[in-house]
Amino acid sequence: MNNSSYPLLDALTDPEKLRELSLADWNELIPQARHALLLGRLHALILEYDLLEVLPEQPLNHTLSAYLASEKQRATTLWEVVKLGRALNSLDVPIVLLKGGAYIQAELSMSKGRLLSDIDILVPLKKLDDIEKDLHTRGWRSSKKDDYDDRYYREWMHEIPPLKHITRGSFLDVHHTILPPTAKYKPDPGKLIHAAREVSPDVYTLAPIDMVIHSATHLFHEGDFDHGLRDILDLHGLLIHFGEYEPDFWNQLVPRAVELDLINPLYYALHYCSLILDTDIPQTVLQQADKGKPNLLMSWVMDGLFMRALRPDHPSCDLPFTGLARGLLYIRSHYLRMPLHLLIPHLTRKAWKRRVADNKQQTADVNLPQ
Amino acid sequence: MTSRISDLDLDYLHSILQSSGLYLKTGPFTYRIRSSVRSVAEGLHLLYGRNQFFQEMEFVDFDIRLDSPSSLRRHFRPKLDFYFDHQTPFKPLPLTQAFAFLEWGMNWCISVHMNQYLKLHAAVLERNGRALVMPAAPGSGKSTLCAALMLRGWRLLSDEHALVSLEDMSLIPVCRPISLKNRSIKVIKQFDSSAVFGPICEDTHKGTVVHMKPDAQSVALDHQPVKPGWMVFPKYVPEGDTRLTERIKETAFLKAGDQSFNYSLLGRRGFDVMSNLIEASDCYNFSYSNLDEAIETFEKLSTTAV
Repeated sequence: MNNSSYPLLDALTDPEKLRELSLADWNELIPQARHALLLGRLHALILEYDLLEVLPEQPLNHTLSAYLASEKQRATTLWEVVKLGRALNSLDVPIVLLKGGAYIQAELSMSKGRLLSDIDILVPLKKLDDIEKDLHTRGWRSSKKDDYDDRYYREWMHEIPPLKHITRGSFLDVHHTILPPTAKYKPDPGKLIHAAREVSPDVYTLAPIDMVIHSATHLFHEGDFDHGLRDILDLHGLLIHFGEYEPDFWNQLVPRAVELDLINPLYYALHYCSLILDTDIPQTVLQQADKGKPNLLMSWVMDGLFMRALRPDHPSCDLPFTGLARGLLYIRSHYLRMPLHLLIPHLTRKAWKRRVADNKQQTADVNLPQ
Repeated sequence: MTSRISDLDLDYLHSILQSSGLYLKTGPFTYRIRSSVRSVAEGLHLLYGRNQFFQEMEFVDFDIRLDSPSSLRRHFRPKLDFYFDHQTPFKPLPLTQAFAFLEWGMNWCISVHMNQYLKLHAAVLERNGRALVMPAAPGSGKSTLCAALMLRGWRLLSDEHALVSLEDMSLIPVCRPISLKNRSIKVIKQFDSSAVFGPICEDTHKGTVVHMKPDAQSVALDHQPVKPGWMVFPKYVPEGDTRLTERIKETAFLKAGDQSFNYSLLGRRGFDVMSNLIEASDCYNFSYSNLDEAIETFEKLSTTAV
């Protein structure tokens, strides 16, 4: 297994080391952080460690720029949550935030400088139709115009097609559970909503243990590891934070994952956090989580794949076979989502559509530089 | 001994662009540029000739490359991709638009990434130690006016980006070639035959585009910020009279906000810096069709105290 370090990983695990970097080192670090979507997060660490005055200005311009963008996103997200809260409360549904939006609303320090692409919420399935209709009247429209895509989401996914607001342009993912109904593991979303925690009036996030388990499930069922390092860093941040401030957090974590049928992704999360980021996890918890460990051969293969995919998607971080590893994990993610008799027609169709889209793009007037 | 890019042999510059890349410092930014395209080498050699030549830099802000995506592409309907740090933010463009593509890509690097300034889509020039900021939408005659003013001795800070310091509201220069389109190319050629132009790119999505070389003083002073002086909203009106009218600051604020890349992103800070910039500037609307009259008006304006 290859766990060779690179400047970004060193900076994230020990920000004090930034003091020792030459400008040439920064020249490697900044592109890695940009590709990993961690420039803003890096700046937050620089502020936290009070390093602003001692580090060179030119690279700091890049971290600062991303940090300012993330601060703007924070304000926008909080405002969107207010708007969404009004919509859902009119239907007597509590707003339960997932992922980035939840980290911001709960004011977790690991959300500082973190960039997010959309807001995710979890709602009860039986209310989904009403919610979608209500959101439609408030300007949230499906961003999938294609009938097949729409049907794909509705029949096989754990969320409806992503919504985009017609004037504000913000994106919203409405989930009714946390894994596709066709997936191997079948967590009960009712249990998650039931345990949700009110972080500000009428606004909820998942309970701390559930937040970790969901984040793990999301990452280790994911097919697209463009931001894999960012996601494993989220898990690291959650574990450190809740391990310190949440009573009984470590004792409850593994039993809850077993209860939710999600011990396998939790095992991966704990395993790769300690392997990559040296996260301080109690030995007993690691041992308990071994219940979710695959057999020896599979573990060895998965280490080979994840230790590659969880590096920044930048050529300077690639190991031999990184491309292959990413490809295999992409296929794995679909396999986890759907049985083969559904999966093969779906991927064939997707590949065909991509070809057609590529040909169309030759004439489409998009992405022209200004 | 420092040398300038124009001191290099063109073939040598071309070979550098194909291998380790040219390190180009413009204003506060450093680009590393690589390309195997001959017209890119020619454009850089001519239009950035006055910039200092660096064969190596420890840190670069923007690592960019302009090349064909595959060797097949090079022969069959040749197209180019713009790479920023291994990613391609745009769809490929024809080889014939290479130099314009490079310039647009270089602008994009600043527009999207650098938020340590308040950024306006504006031409910026300097006279008597004060900055003239001209925010404007495309097609308003901003670049034509900017080119003419530079040819009459105004110092060019930028024809595209007003970079406003968040600390003291000064305008930061990033002096690069001026982009001219369609009819304004002929207008400037007729206005001053000494103007120097780079490769002509025809049939782009903006029509015919050509870039004009900045003068020696502008490049030499590319590191010196300038205090704000005037904010003028230009408008080319065919056959129209030359008219400079004072604009109330409230609407100047809104209009400048419209032309900003990151006013909203900067939040409270953006509001404060914009307020201070507008407060420190005399604000005008300006409409014109005759360049000589326009220059005369601005000469007069430049002698008014702020």
